[in-house]
Amino acid sequence: MSEGDESNSDEQGYVYYRDRPNWKDIEPIPQDDGPNPVVQIAYTDKFKDVYDYLRAVIRKGEKTERVLELTMDAIECNPANYTVWHYRREVLQELKKDLKSELEFAEETVLNEPKNYQVWYHRQKLVEWSNDPSRELYLTAEVFKDDSKNYHAWQHRQWTIRTYGLWSNELEFVDGLLKEDFRNNSAWNQRYFVIINTTGYTEEVVKNEVKYVIDFIKVAPNNESAWNYLTGILKGGRISDHEPVLKLIDSLRSQHVPSPFLLSTMIDVYEEEVANGKKESLEKAVKICEELGSKIDPVRKRYWEYTSRRLISAYGPLDST
Amino acid sequence: MGTPVKDVELPDRPELQELLLEKHASYIETFEKNKDDLDYCMTEFLRVSGIYWCLTAMDLIGQLDRMNKTEILDYVMSCFDKDTGGFRPAVNHDPHLLYTLSAVQILILYDSVSLIDKDRIVSFVSKLQQPDGSFVGDRWGEVDTRFSFCALATLSLLGRLDAVDIEKSVQFISSCMNFDGGFGVIPGSESHAGQVYCCVGSLAICKRLDVINADQLGWWLCERQLPSGGLNGRPEKLPDVCYSWWVLASLSIIGRIHWIDKERLTQFIMATQDDETGGFSDRPGDMVDPFHTLFGLAGLSLLGNRQIKGVNLIFCLPQNVIERLELDYELLKE
Ligand SMILES: [Zn+2]
Repeated sequence: MSEGDESNSDEQGYVYYRDRPNWKDIEPIPQDDGPNPVVQIAYTDKFKDVYDYLRAVIRKGEKTERVLELTMDAIECNPANYTVWHYRREVLQELKKDLKSELEFAEETVLNEPKNYQVWYHRQKLVEWSNDPSRELYLTAEVFKDDSKNYHAWQHRQWTIRTYGLWSNELEFVDGLLKEDFRNNSAWNQRYFVIINTTGYTEEVVKNEVKYVIDFIKVAPNNESAWNYLTGILKGGRISDHEPVLKLIDSLRSQHVPSPFLLSTMIDVYEEEVANGKKESLEKAVKICEELGSKIDPVRKRYWEYTSRRLISAYGPLDST
Repeated sequence: MGTPVKDVELPDRPELQELLLEKHASYIETFEKNKDDLDYCMTEFLRVSGIYWCLTAMDLIGQLDRMNKTEILDYVMSCFDKDTGGFRPAVNHDPHLLYTLSAVQILILYDSVSLIDKDRIVSFVSKLQQPDGSFVGDRWGEVDTRFSFCALATLSLLGRLDAVDIEKSVQFISSCMNFDGGFGVIPGSESHAGQVYCCVGSLAICKRLDVINADQLGWWLCERQLPSGGLNGRPEKLPDVCYSWWVLASLSIIGRIHWIDKERLTQFIMATQDDETGGFSDRPGDMVDPFHTLFGLAGLSLLGNRQIKGVNLIFCLPQNVIERLELDYELLKE
C-alpha cells in the first residue's frame, strides 16, 4: 500500500486532492444530483474531494499510478461502490502491475469488510489473473472464524475449489466446522457440494452419511439443517430402507422429543408404509399432523392441515373404526 | 426443548400496532429530497434502485403525487446508456441489469415506457445471457440467479420474452436447486430466501413452475418463520423485514402463503416501524431505510392489509399497474 502513505488514511494527515500540486491538472466533477442541486453540507469533505476527482479521471480515462492511489482512497470512503473497484482493475491491467501487493491489499480488505461483495469479486479476479489460489482456503477459513455462514466467503471458497480442483481436504474442513456448530447450514450445504462433486451419493456413501448425520441429530433433535440434509440425501429412495433412521425415530419418539422435523420424517415413513399397502399407517400419519398443528408447531398449522388432507386424498379414506 | 433459536423479541409498544401511513409517506418524501444527506450520497451507486423503492412505496400507500415525476423521469433517463442500452445506477457509473430492471419498473409505474427505445434495452439484456442459460449482471461477467430474474422480469415487462432462450434460462435455474428444495446464487451455493424469490419469480414468468417441488420448497419457506413472527433468509439467521417479502412472495407464487402465521408476521413487521421518523427497519429498533420501508409495506399488502394497495407478487409493483400491461405468468394453487 505504498502509494497511499503521503495521504495517510487518518483524517488529520489527509491532504485533499484539491490541495495537491500533482493533481492541479484535473478539474474535479461534483456529483450530479439532478436539476435542483442542494447544498451538500453533509458529505464528509474527504468523501466529496475523493469522488469529485474520481469522476474526473474516469471521464478522462486516465490510468496511472496516481489513479491507483485515488481509487484506494475512494474504496476506503465507500467500499460498496462497484464502479471504483472495476476502474481500479482496469488501471491495474493497463499498468501491468505486480499482483502480489494487490492480493495483499485485497486480503486485508476482505478481512476488514467480509460482507462486501465487491471485495470478494476483486479477490476472485486477482486469483484468476495470477493463477494462484494458494491462500484462498486459508483466507475464507479466517473469515469463518467470525462468521461461519458468510455467503460471499462460501461462494468464493466453492469457486476456488471447483476451479482449481482443491477437493481433497474439504470434507475434513467441513467436519471441523460442524463439530464446532452443528447448526451451521452453510457447512451442511458444503458437505453436499463436496460429495456430489466427488464420489457422488452412492449407496455406500449414503449409508455413511446417514450414520454421520444421525450422530448430530441425536445431540440436537431440533436441528433443521441436519434433518434437511438427512431427508435431502434420502430423497428419491425410501427412508424405511435405512434401519439407523428408523431406530433414531423410535428412540427420539420414546423420549417424547417434540421436534417437528422428527415428526415430519415419521409422517414420510408412514406414507411409505401406506403406499406399500399398510393401510393403518395412514391414521398414524394423520394423527401426527394433528399433534403438530395443534400443539407442537402451531405456527405452521395450515401446513400440517394441508399435509393431512394431501395424505387422505391420496390414500384415504380413513377407517373410521 | 430449550433449543436455542436465533430470534429477536418484539418491543411492547402499543403505538406501533397501527400502520403509521402519514409518517412513512413523509419519511420517503424527505429522503428523496434531502440530497445532501450522507446516506443519500453513500448510496449513489444504487440510486436508480433507490428511486424505485421510494416510488413504489409511495404508490402502494396512495401518495405517489408527492414525488416529483418530471424530475425523477429526467434523472432516470439521464442514466440510460445509449451505447449499451442498459441503465446506470447514477450518472458516471456503468450500466447494469439491476438498475435496468429498476429503471424499467419506474417507467412502467409512471406509464412512460414510450420515453425509451425498448429495442435497445432488449438488446442489452439479451446479450447478457450465457451459453448455459445463466445471466451475467454486466459485461464484466458475474453470474447470479438474481440476474436471471432481473433479465426475465425486464423483458416480461417490456413484452419481449422472445428475445432470450427461455428453455436454457429454466435449465440454469433448475441447476441451482438444492437438496432442501431451495435455490442459491449459482449451482452448489446454499439456499437463500432472496435467491428463492428470484428463481421462483423467474420460473413463474417462464411458466415453468413444474420444475419446483412446491411442497418441499413451501415447507422450507414456512420454516423461515421464527417465534417472534419474523422470517429469516436461511436457517439460524435473524429475522428481517425484507425477507417477509422474499418469503411471502415466493409462497404466494406457489399458492402456499397461508402456511405461515400471518398474524404474527404482521405484528413483527409493524414493530419495525419507527414512530418518530417514519419508515421501516430490518428489525425492531434498527435504523429505517427506503429498501425495508418498501418491503415492509409490500409484505403487509400481501398479508391482506387494506390500507395498502395490492402488490404484484412477481414484479413488486402495484397490482393495478401490472394489470394495465396484461402480462402472462404462472401461479400455482396448493
Ligand atoms: Zn433486510
